[in-house]
Amino acid sequence: METRKIEIPVMADLFAKGEKPEYLFWVGCAGAYDDRYKKVAAAFAKILIHLNVSFAVLGKEETCTGDPARRAGNEMLFQMQALQNIELFKAYEIKKVITICPHCYNTFKNEYPDLGADFEVISYIDILNQYIDEGKIKLDTNKFKGTKITYHDPCYLGRANGIYEQPRKLLKKLGGELVEMERNRSFALCCGAGGAQMFKEAEKGNKEVFLERMEDVLKVEPEVIATACPFCMTMMTDGIKYKNQEEKMRNYDIAELIAESLNL
Amino acid sequence: MTKQIVFALALLATIGVFAYTISRIARFFMLTRKGFKVDKLGKRLLVTLKVAFGQTKIFRRPVIGLLHALVFWGFCVILFGSIEMVIDGLFGIEKSLSFLGGFYNFMMAAGDIFALLVAISIIVFLIRRIFLHVKRFEGIEMKKISHIDANIALTIILVLMLSLMGMNAAYIKWAQLAGHNIHGIYPVSQHLTSLFDGISVDGVFTHYQVYWWIHILLIFIFANLLPYSKHFHVFMSIPNVFLSRLEPLGKLPNMDNVTREVKLMMNPETAFSAPAEEAPIERFGVKDAEDVVWKSYFDSLACTECGRCTSVCPANITGKKLSPRKVMMDLRARMKEKGPHMLKNGRDYNDGKSLVRDYISEEELWACTTCNACAQECPINIDHPKLIVEMRRYLVMEEGSAPGELKAMFNNIENNGAPWQYSPEDRLLWAKDLETKAL
Ligand code: SF4
Ligand code: SF4
Repeated sequence: METRKIEIPVMADLFAKGEKPEYLFWVGCAGAYDDRYKKVAAAFAKILIHLNVSFAVLGKEETCTGDPARRAGNEMLFQMQALQNIELFKAYEIKKVITICPHCYNTFKNEYPDLGADFEVISYIDILNQYIDEGKIKLDTNKFKGTKITYHDPCYLGRANGIYEQPRKLLKKLGGELVEMERNRSFALCCGAGGAQMFKEAEKGNKEVFLERMEDVLKVEPEVIATACPFCMTMMTDGIKYKNQEEKMRNYDIAELIAESLNL
Repeated sequence: MTKQIVFALALLATIGVFAYTISRIARFFMLTRKGFKVDKLGKRLLVTLKVAFGQTKIFRRPVIGLLHALVFWGFCVILFGSIEMVIDGLFGIEKSLSFLGGFYNFMMAAGDIFALLVAISIIVFLIRRIFLHVKRFEGIEMKKISHIDANIALTIILVLMLSLMGMNAAYIKWAQLAGHNIHGIYPVSQHLTSLFDGISVDGVFTHYQVYWWIHILLIFIFANLLPYSKHFHVFMSIPNVFLSRLEPLGKLPNMDNVTREVKLMMNPETAFSAPAEEAPIERFGVKDAEDVVWKSYFDSLACTECGRCTSVCPANITGKKLSPRKVMMDLRARMKEKGPHMLKNGRDYNDGKSLVRDYISEEELWACTTCNACAQECPINIDHPKLIVEMRRYLVMEEGSAPGELKAMFNNIENNGAPWQYSPEDRLLWAKDLETKAL
């Protein structure tokens, strides 16, 4: 099949040309640097380009939201990051921000306003649902026909912000078979990486949290674990490896599944 | 008349002791910090109706939830009868609220039915606590006294319900024998009147009075035991739900004193233009009981030790030391220990101990994933992660202590703008050579 190269628009370039995109696509540190999660950033960008959405990324001007610093107690560092980001957004007159990382989403949406932020924050889950509802996304439902998919709720979309049904709605649209783990929605078990745990060894216990979660996964025997968070992705991918399930199941982000279904 | 006098004295003593206890506990609030403003009263009322009266959180575990909900609703209904008893006792009348007619009949009937339902629920709770091993009720923070405390309270409630039914049954029998009208309807107790068969009118009246006194005096005693037990939640939980934080669970409160400093750092000119008034030096984060905001202390008093939070905590489930319930119980215990001394000797009083470390170890604090499962599960909307992060704030900002990897993460964010050690120049590598199949 023929392919076409795509360019990701960068805010500074557009601004120099006097253009103002509608959305800022906030890639996040994981999207920029984590080898596995870079593919998620790419998949989502492809969807945006496919839909002709007016957007840009900050590129090398992007920096950490400060979420892991805040949760680890370093309020000073968090606020420096936040105030810096808010200034930058103001300079580019950014009014709408799309995030793929639930941690970025949460801190932008709930915490930045305390520091004077004034922009709308949209989770990629919501914008994908919106485009589907508007009929702009036409999914190929054959791709995942008969595929057993389970969804692992990220704490920062679910309990933190009450986003439970929207991701499920997307997954159902794919045409696969959505199976629920016993602990789901507000009862879901954390992957173990939030609250800055991603960046350190876990405290001593008798098990890693992601292995406890993998046991929930194994009980429903899915072919795909769908995630919606870079930390969950890392933990679930590790879990698959630890439990030697690479032959049987894979972990994809919802954006990747949608991109796949769109044949992008 | 003697009955009235005795009753008035008992009531006075009850209120007196209760007021004393509450004022002692309440004074500790003066030591705590300012928290959020209590506004949005309408929204709060709604939350209270839903979570407290609707028992929505409790119903997250449907079976045992129903039993607890029955006890709660039973308490609400039976309270009506208790108020009547107080009026009766003070003025020496019988069934003083019966003038309410249909409503009265309804409340009495409901109370009578609930007395049975509550009694059954309590028996199930007691069996569960004594004979079944429920993991949620265990844990290092659950000392023997916590279990005894729970069992005593359950037993008192059981006796309260039995005496209520006995009182109702004796009342019906007595009214029948003496040829009085029966005020109220008693669907359960009416079947128990045969207990008093063969006893004279006066004898049945004595029975009625004995049950009456047992019931009301036990309520008085119970009310005064509650503040010293986990069943203090009977009083604290509804206000605690009313005072819930209304923001999404993911939101951590901003530290305004840090904002002032950061703004100064980023824009030094403001340092000169700003008025030179010295803000009082406040500790960053929470080290000890007096550093918490009033709401955290309120949370700790309201905690029922039910362990729902701990049972869903991923850290606890996987054998780590952290238990969110323990965090609440520790705060309460620490305030009880240090509070009186601070009230006497001032807020600077130092006994060489602190909440962080002497009660809650760093290991516990660093094990939290801030997943909010605990806060989600807590039936009375206690907010543990916020307190845990507050203690981390103390460790990091006042002591500069954090696990080495986290310090490295801080450095990376500061120097490279990312928690990992990559150059900002590489931020767009993911976007290089992207191709799409669709045309
Ligand atoms: S937020 Fe922390 S304490 Fe609460 S359940 Fe999650 S890991 Fe446990
Ligand atoms: S904090 Fe809430 S859930 Fe945890 S033991 Fe106390 S009342 Fe129960």
